[in-house]
Amino acid sequence: MQSERKIRILIAKPGLDSHDRGAKIVARALRDAGMEVIYTGLRQTPEQIVETALQEDVDIIGLSILSGAHKVLFPRIMELVEQKGLTDVMVFAGGIIPEEDVPEMKKLGIKEIFGPGTPTEKIVQFVFENLPERT
Amino acid sequence: MSDKEKINQITRERERWENTTLPKWMGQRPERKSEFRNHSDTLIKRVYTPEDIKDLDYMRDLGLPGEYPFTRGVHATMYRGRLWTMRQFSGYGTAEQTNQRFKYLLKEGETGLSIAFDYPTIRGYDSDNPFSQGEVGTCGVAVASLKDMEVLFDGIPLDKVTTSMTVNGPAAMLLAMYIAVGDKQGVSREKLGGTTQNDVLKEFFAQKLIIFPPKPSIKLVTDIVEYCTKHMPRWNPISISGYHIREAGSNAVQELAFTLYDGITYVESCLERGMKVDEFAPRLSFFFASHNNLFEEVAKFRAARRIWAKVMKERFHAKNSRSMWMRMHVQTSGCTLTAQQPLNNITRTTIQALAAVLGGTQSLHTNSFDEALCLPTEDAVKVALRTQQIIAHESGSADTIDPLAGCYYIECLTNEMEGQAMDYIQRIDDMGGATVAIERGFFQKEIADSAYKYQGETDEKKRIIVGVNEYTTGEDAAIPILRIDPKVEEKQVAGLQKLRRERDNRKVDEVLEELHYAAEKDENLMPVIIEAVKAYATIGEMCGVLRKIYGEYKELIVI
Repeated sequence: MQSERKIRILIAKPGLDSHDRGAKIVARALRDAGMEVIYTGLRQTPEQIVETALQEDVDIIGLSILSGAHKVLFPRIMELVEQKGLTDVMVFAGGIIPEEDVPEMKKLGIKEIFGPGTPTEKIVQFVFENLPERT
Repeated sequence: MSDKEKINQITRERERWENTTLPKWMGQRPERKSEFRNHSDTLIKRVYTPEDIKDLDYMRDLGLPGEYPFTRGVHATMYRGRLWTMRQFSGYGTAEQTNQRFKYLLKEGETGLSIAFDYPTIRGYDSDNPFSQGEVGTCGVAVASLKDMEVLFDGIPLDKVTTSMTVNGPAAMLLAMYIAVGDKQGVSREKLGGTTQNDVLKEFFAQKLIIFPPKPSIKLVTDIVEYCTKHMPRWNPISISGYHIREAGSNAVQELAFTLYDGITYVESCLERGMKVDEFAPRLSFFFASHNNLFEEVAKFRAARRIWAKVMKERFHAKNSRSMWMRMHVQTSGCTLTAQQPLNNITRTTIQALAAVLGGTQSLHTNSFDEALCLPTEDAVKVALRTQQIIAHESGSADTIDPLAGCYYIECLTNEMEGQAMDYIQRIDDMGGATVAIERGFFQKEIADSAYKYQGETDEKKRIIVGVNEYTTGEDAAIPILRIDPKVEEKQVAGLQKLRRERDNRKVDEVLEELHYAAEKDENLMPVIIEAVKAYATIGEMCGVLRKIYGEYKELIVI
């Protein structure tokens, strides 16, 4: 009997900041919710993130950033996502991203942005409700 | 009546109370929770009595201020003599902008400087490195070469201030730049006062802004300690930091134990280098977080001083009482700040700052209320500084030394935290020390577990965070946000490229080559780094040389 394929999700930290408390908690919560979580650690370049997503054949990418560099790094990541043909991968993000930047980030194709204080349950629920069609 | 009889009498009275008075109240007004626990998961009793400190020996366990075991403070006059240093961690954008912020804070009554460098700087990259894109000046000030440091301290005489620098991997380079600015201002090294964080161990498992692997990293730390011991008597070469351990998610006991263990490891490294304990130990300094639980935090600071004094005396046989002093800087806890209802953060910071003062800190940073959203605006940082001034001048907390001493609850917690921390220290000793514990992911796992537990308790509302999971009112008041102009990066990169064109590049190549040889020969690198800095070699160039020799650390990922 073939077991059902688990949802595969990449939690990635672009940029140079090292605030990984949130990323790790979200990774663990998603793993506890039954997903296959790949967490690649700190200081990932946009190229590394998208390459990992491709190699690991993930369904979802979760980006965490608290350094303020999202306006430079997120557009680059989304550009690479498109270039590599990962358009069926759902991307969401979290960290310290000012409210006024959210529309611009969503316009890039980032489905949701979670700010500080978000309950992990809300993120897990969001992921289940927004699974890309490929899953 | 003997002391023992008095305690027995209290025990009898307490038991009577528990059987008569208490049940009546419990019937009418039951307790809010089945049990009360602090952040370290210690069960908190309903009420504390002399029974809980019956084994406390005043002179052995507390002593008097300025005397062993320093539980009550390292100075005999404490804040009656001099208030703690009010030192706001600050830095953003260009060196010009941060220089203005420094001057503003000094004008408003700040008594010490503390530099926040941007991520490229603390990771040892130049502002024009591809890794630095989008990060230049965003979370701190960009300092790529001595040129930037000169601007940063323009009009600030280094013999009139003390400066703390939050930097670890490239600590030697930034200290060298500070020395070079001092030379230009005519302030000799003996007169320079301040601190380099220079605590790489916690980087491997907490702050994680690491460049080199553990062995060369500890070598660089020890170089700085050795250099400062010989040439910079007013400099604290290292600030052994629990702050980042706590912010990464540990509880208070773990913060205490892991920080002290890092301290033990540095002392061992200096002894191995052939230094004498009483020569370098007096300048070792510490850095802790202050979280929301007022009493737990006060007990932590007091326990920290007592454990360190005992460790230095009993484990390392220090003779000079200054070697047994734990001098500390405290920062209120960034991770307790909420993006929701941000003005509430002023109250949180006040409680945390009060804990630090009641705990006897030497230096304090208070967070600004907007820091869950951005780097602080000028108005926000002013409120933070005023919070310290109000505690100092209006609350009466600084009028007597160690005011909570003798409180049954505080003394009991202080004892418990000491015991719990010593258990951890024993475990890490048995494991083979801090580097083994790092390699095994021990610290990382302990911290990750505590962080996950804390979040779970918050999600389940076992832990109430006002404005986040309770008392939420929907729309939050908008507050002004400090934004870093993207032109900062352009300007910084242009300045750096101009420097590369205009400096004597032959000289730069020479000193970088000297640095390479000195590193290969395992010499103390401080003298050659000072030469390199003075030739305007950049952070990225100097770290680049060392990366080639030492390699780069690859993070051990523990979720």
